[in-house]
Amino acid sequence: MYNKELSQANFDALENYIGSLPEKKGALIPVLHKAQNLFGYLPKEVQLFICEKLDVPSSKIYGVVSFYSFFTMKPRGQYVINVCMGTACFVRKAEDVIKEFEKQLKISVGETSKDGLYTLEALRCVGACGLAPVVMVNDKIYGHVEKKDIEKILAEQSN
Amino acid sequence: MPNYRMHLLVCGGTGCHATKSNVLVNELKRVLVEKGLENEIQVVETGCFGFCEKGPIVKVYPDNIFYIEVQPTDALEIIEEHIIKGRKLERLLFVEPSLNQKLEEQLDMPFYKKQLRVALKNCGFIDPEDIDEYIATEGYHALGKVLTSMTPDAVIEEIKISGLRGRGGGGFPTGLKWEFTKKSSADQKYIVCNADEGDPGAFMDRSILEGDPHIVLEAMAIAGFAVGASKGYIYIRAEYPLAIQRLSIAIEQARDYGLLGNDIMGTGFDFDVEVDLGAGAFVCGEETALIKSIEGNRGEPLTKPPFPAQSGIWEKPTCVNNVETFANIPPIINKGGLWFKQIGTEKSSGTKVFALAGKINNVGLVEVPMGTTMSDIVFDIGGGIRHDKQFKAVQTGGPSGGCIPYSQIDIPVDYDSLVSIGSMMGSGGLIVLDEDDCMVNIAKFYMEFIIDESCGKCTPCRVGTKRLHEILTKITEGKATEDCINHLVELSNTIKDTSLCGLGQTAPNPVLSTIKYFLDEYKAHVIDKHCPASVCEALLSYTVVSENCIGCTACLRSCPANCIKGAPKEIHEIIQSDCIKCGACFDICRFEAIIKK
Repeated sequence: MYNKELSQANFDALENYIGSLPEKKGALIPVLHKAQNLFGYLPKEVQLFICEKLDVPSSKIYGVVSFYSFFTMKPRGQYVINVCMGTACFVRKAEDVIKEFEKQLKISVGETSKDGLYTLEALRCVGACGLAPVVMVNDKIYGHVEKKDIEKILAEQSN
Repeated sequence: MPNYRMHLLVCGGTGCHATKSNVLVNELKRVLVEKGLENEIQVVETGCFGFCEKGPIVKVYPDNIFYIEVQPTDALEIIEEHIIKGRKLERLLFVEPSLNQKLEEQLDMPFYKKQLRVALKNCGFIDPEDIDEYIATEGYHALGKVLTSMTPDAVIEEIKISGLRGRGGGGFPTGLKWEFTKKSSADQKYIVCNADEGDPGAFMDRSILEGDPHIVLEAMAIAGFAVGASKGYIYIRAEYPLAIQRLSIAIEQARDYGLLGNDIMGTGFDFDVEVDLGAGAFVCGEETALIKSIEGNRGEPLTKPPFPAQSGIWEKPTCVNNVETFANIPPIINKGGLWFKQIGTEKSSGTKVFALAGKINNVGLVEVPMGTTMSDIVFDIGGGIRHDKQFKAVQTGGPSGGCIPYSQIDIPVDYDSLVSIGSMMGSGGLIVLDEDDCMVNIAKFYMEFIIDESCGKCTPCRVGTKRLHEILTKITEGKATEDCINHLVELSNTIKDTSLCGLGQTAPNPVLSTIKYFLDEYKAHVIDKHCPASVCEALLSYTVVSENCIGCTACLRSCPANCIKGAPKEIHEIIQSDCIKCGACFDICRFEAIIKK
């Protein structure tokens, strides 16, 4: 399974980042962003580490992590496929695109493929409505996606 | 600095980036070097031109020639033909469908003719990553004017005269908000720029931040001076990486130039800005929730009063304005509140930026004077409906807004007119729907969105919207009874009256406005068990068109319910009573011999 493992180096990097903050008050969300960048996700171990370093109750950290959809407690695949389900994409048949990804990857939205390569997610509007329906794979945007393009998009990643 | 005789302006917004405009920029630069023209011709990567449908856009300046859908492979020809030989590239010009004629200049295009650019004036004109280009277009002039020749009260008075109202959707007078914040006394106050553009189908704020980030920084400093704040936060969605990157560059440059930080322009005024990333919660667009999020908490809204102007971040007075609101401030200071006031209508002055999307020909970003009619926006600027389909409605205001049917299309677009017909301005997303969209399904789509995004703090929103969604699902599945529609209305009104924050209070709007204008469609689902737009799967039936069927047996083999009868080279038949409506036969047929309706 692909994930940026819970290595000591990553914990050290996170500790350095927290140490470099001019102000710890209100820093929880930036720290969580940083942690997710390092580890790829926010498991219990990472949350407890932050709890200790920021002196914030772990219940509050869990509350914040579970509130925001950007944060995830499950490891994601190497390629995170985000199908935009904003209104513009919805009316231009983004649902069909999701269904096709589900069919080809044999996973549902929110799941990661067994080989750890792909995670399929739906996202609310990347603001590229002119290109609807839009698919984002990691940071790369694909516009005017139709069912027939999906095989190509997937093949492009594995190359 | 070289004196360039010509500039190639290339759109570098998210939309055009996705269609490889950055590759095009590199290619143009490469060819210019190859031809030894790099000191004569400059390639500028600008913000969004607005004409996203036909991106990537290249504009040749000062010739004002507008090329569309330019590919990296076109770079050589543009330079050899247009730049060197002075001949326009006919094949890359925009063809106006209504005239069937090629148009060379931007201002000849109906898409731009009725627009008036105030907030977007620099988008598609300057390089957003170069502070000198911003300064060359009167940038930071307004801040200088304010710091050296105006009092805070005079600044607030100027904004009040302009009649500027909050562009994030609420429409609260900006001058008043500033005045309230100024009047609250405290040792520290904050300015917040709300760039948490969460409405699906809206990309106005993103485009401003990507195309002209300095205008927002300048306006925040002006606001800081007016209300007595020395610290600003820009709360932006993490989904907007390009905007975040350009903002960060702009902040660094402004600090280097002494336009942010301590003792700005030697006047003793201190102001600095920090970028805070959101983490994917729609409710954080609500100002009290946004403040909670900046403080590092769950983004749950608070009851008002106290208003943020009295008690906001860390219980200090905080002034929250939207990106587009800020983008109007420097022009108002430079040209005067009265100049702004005469644009638009009496109660809604100025312009409004809209993101046009959905089933429309010219998807993109437009800015028009308030009071422009919806039909001008959809049919003249937007170029009408794609594929010559029938217009059905425009959805405004995202999940908090409503639908405007054809009968109301001549309505002037301003805050009060839209509210009077049960919709709202919202932040400016306009989604155009056509005959193929089912209004019940659209209402259901928005309710799904609200269920995901409701913060869960108050019961009417958390539980009520779930029940609305269940009823809508029943309707789209043909399981609803006639009293369902009344239940929807009754429950919607209760949610409106009893929810804590703006999100909940407006959440039922998509349901109420679709019932108001498209009751027939609801009735067709409930009584006739029929979806007029042929969208709701459970209400459709699949049938074989005997003229087109060649008897290939593809559908028969793909049917998981074994409900298709037929033999090779014979016309097939679907046994309706056994059909599970999976659509497999429809997908596999290559002869258009299966229809659903």
